[in-house]
Amino acid sequence: MNSTAAFVEERNPTDWQGDAMQKRIRKRYASERRFKALGLGAIILSASFLAFLLIVMVGNGFRGFTQTELPVEIDFPAMTGGASASQFEGANAVANVRTLGVRDIVNTSVQIQYGEQGTELFSAGSWQTVQSEILDNPDIVTSKATLYLPVESEIDVAYKGDGSASAEEKVAELEGKLSTGFNSNFLFNSDATDPMQVGIWGALKGSLITMFITLLIAFPVGVLSALYLEEYAPKNRFTDLIEVSINNLAAVPSIIFGLLGLAVFLNLFGLPRSAALVGGLTLALMTMPVIVISGRNAVKAVPPSIREAALGIGASQMQVVFHHVLPLALPGILTGTIIGMARALGETAPLLMIGMRAFIATPPGGIVEPATVLPVQIFLWSDEVNRGFVEKTSAAIIVLLLFLLTMNALAIYLRNRFETRW
Amino acid sequence: MTGSILFLLIIVLGGIAWFFGRVKARGFSATNTKRGAVHSLPTYHGWYVALWAIGPALLFLIVWNIASPALITDAALASPAAEQLPSDQFARGAILAEARSIASGQQVRAFNPLSQSMVEPYRTAISYYQMIGMVAALLLVFACGVFAWLRLKPELRARTKIERITMMTLLLASLIATITTVGIFASLIFESARFFSMVSPIDFLFGTEWNPKAVAGPRGETGFGAIPLFWGTVFIGAIIAMIVAIPLGLMSAIYLTQYAAPGFRAWMKPILEVLAGVPTVVYGYFAALTVAPALRDFAVSIGISGASSESALAAGVVMGIMIIPFVSSMADDSIAAVPSAMRDGSLAMGATKSETIKKVLIPAALPGVVGGVLLAVSRAIGETMIVVMAAGLAANMTANPFSSVTTVTTQIVQLLTGDQEFDSPKTLAAFALGLVLFIVTLLLNLIALRVVKKYREAYE
Repeated sequence: MNSTAAFVEERNPTDWQGDAMQKRIRKRYASERRFKALGLGAIILSASFLAFLLIVMVGNGFRGFTQTELPVEIDFPAMTGGASASQFEGANAVANVRTLGVRDIVNTSVQIQYGEQGTELFSAGSWQTVQSEILDNPDIVTSKATLYLPVESEIDVAYKGDGSASAEEKVAELEGKLSTGFNSNFLFNSDATDPMQVGIWGALKGSLITMFITLLIAFPVGVLSALYLEEYAPKNRFTDLIEVSINNLAAVPSIIFGLLGLAVFLNLFGLPRSAALVGGLTLALMTMPVIVISGRNAVKAVPPSIREAALGIGASQMQVVFHHVLPLALPGILTGTIIGMARALGETAPLLMIGMRAFIATPPGGIVEPATVLPVQIFLWSDEVNRGFVEKTSAAIIVLLLFLLTMNALAIYLRNRFETRW
Repeated sequence: MTGSILFLLIIVLGGIAWFFGRVKARGFSATNTKRGAVHSLPTYHGWYVALWAIGPALLFLIVWNIASPALITDAALASPAAEQLPSDQFARGAILAEARSIASGQQVRAFNPLSQSMVEPYRTAISYYQMIGMVAALLLVFACGVFAWLRLKPELRARTKIERITMMTLLLASLIATITTVGIFASLIFESARFFSMVSPIDFLFGTEWNPKAVAGPRGETGFGAIPLFWGTVFIGAIIAMIVAIPLGLMSAIYLTQYAAPGFRAWMKPILEVLAGVPTVVYGYFAALTVAPALRDFAVSIGISGASSESALAAGVVMGIMIIPFVSSMADDSIAAVPSAMRDGSLAMGATKSETIKKVLIPAALPGVVGGVLLAVSRAIGETMIVVMAAGLAANMTANPFSSVTTVTTQIVQLLTGDQEFDSPKTLAAFALGLVLFIVTLLLNLIALRVVKKYREAYE
């Protein structure tokens, strides 16, 4: 009896309203709030990394789309000895412009206006701007014309805001004459040694050709293997082997695919180095597992009732798959394909392995010609010492990100528009 | 170019064959109206003829492309110009190769006058054999097409045959993944074996001096000790990057799954995933242009010596940012897989949300989270561009995050850049490094998948 009474006395009911308990609860709630704030902080921090990255790239990059120009007055009738506009139209236009000696005309005009050292103010390729201007608009050769020509890279950088001291001086001298114009070179030229003349067209074309080859190989192979594994493959060791190798391939570092491309496509098959064909093949091997995995999910999502209904009205196995399952799974497969292609478009390392890092100043004309691709071009420009390349690199990054954004948006649109929930 | 035109021509002819096959089948389908009299639909008859027309011709072209170079060389050597060629096998081969690339239009001028004289015989031989190949392929298209067309009759089991071929194609397609895996493994093993015949594997795996440029000569090579590379890889990919990615990724996942309002989640989740979609070369440029100089200035300002503009920290932090969405989505999955009864039980006992998360959800989801982290590590150590652009080339064994270290992937890129002769240990070392990388990532993935799978089974 005694012991029971003592026990009851020891276990008083908890005093929830007491100071100690209230303090404890406050402490627990404070820790709850801290934890929640920590989570929110983590998300905001991650998102702000992304924002910071984009701001840096856009801030640097948009200047790459502009160029600093100086006006040059060219007295065409006097310089050309009275060339007529009709010479620069039609079939012989390009040949006639070449014989005109535009380079000397521009140099002389510049020296008249900016003194003996004047040509040093301009980009070495600025005469090409005049040449294409004549081809676009032949009438200018019949009169005096004032053209805006790109200045030399250091002055360009200084005018845009952070150049060397000597270039700043020149900018101060030319104050009032300098102006900013749209840099059409950047969109239509290829790689060059002068940052004022570089463009991304060559790399972009290389990327497009490479992606085309990748798609041509990875898509059919990926879709067919997804269909086989989901619809036909018997459950045995052999099928397991295929599945394991697909899952492994999806996790292999991309640089290993580059080593494979180097050892097999270049050394064993003797395909040309640096060609879009080899790049496309290498990236196709990398993209294929992505397509297979997403394709399998899409095929799996098609309800069995569809297959049974088709079989029930007498379709063969093959007809069920190709007439009913595949069309229904296609939106899902396409979404996965676009995501895989976007990854391949941004891939750099495997392409460095197969020699796609050469200086290539002309856009590739075919699948076996030396080519470069956008991400590799970005990598090459990022290595340049010349300060003029910083903004070009960022501008090329903007172009690449725009492409990726478009592709991903397309994937999301496809998913929302066509995906059926059964 | 003639090759692709021929290919297109054959495909077009195949289309025509398909059309004629279908027309014939339609004809006898119309006359045999009895049920079951015609086995297959007209389209299958069309495909039957088309495949007969295209298949043998394409097979022949493949064989011809492999066989004809030898025939062309023989024909060229039989020409009178070939008598002046040197008897030395090596010089002879070089001249012939040059003449061939000029004749086929890959090269414009010859460096060796002898090759110039060989160009003409080559050109005639090439056009001769090309013509033979073309004519034979087209003849094959016609012969096989007509043969198949004549065989079309109502009882022909065209659908069964077509379906069998389709099945073969499906199987072949799914074999490509396996072939690729085998190809990767075989090429890495083969080249690494050549490397290890020059450099002892013990020196490679346990040596501490990495300096492939200083390699003296055949045999007795030193400077292939890969330990500094392994350390650099682990330091950047598994330590610094994970210090950034694990807390941020895990806390993001917890907040998004447990606290966030649906609208916030719907917006933030895709935004985080954009981080994973940014190409690595962009991250690399970002690290080299912005993060690395900032970190160096910071290190100098607090008086750390040996701060370099290419630092392990810059590469690691940026890599960590890249990995955040990966860790976050793995953590998300494994937290979502914890049965809600456990969570509800804890909340019913009066635990706050954070206590439930810390004491119930995380311990329960831990195997999944660990598996996800292992996958993230395997991805981080295989990552190339960020470290190539931001981590530097100096093979330092240092734990100072502000100094420059180098990684396995950086060195692979470095070794395979520029002039390569395929027999030097310098080039082959890249494959040995690749092999190590491949095996390590493979093991990490296998372990991670096993951990995740086991844990999923525990709750099912």
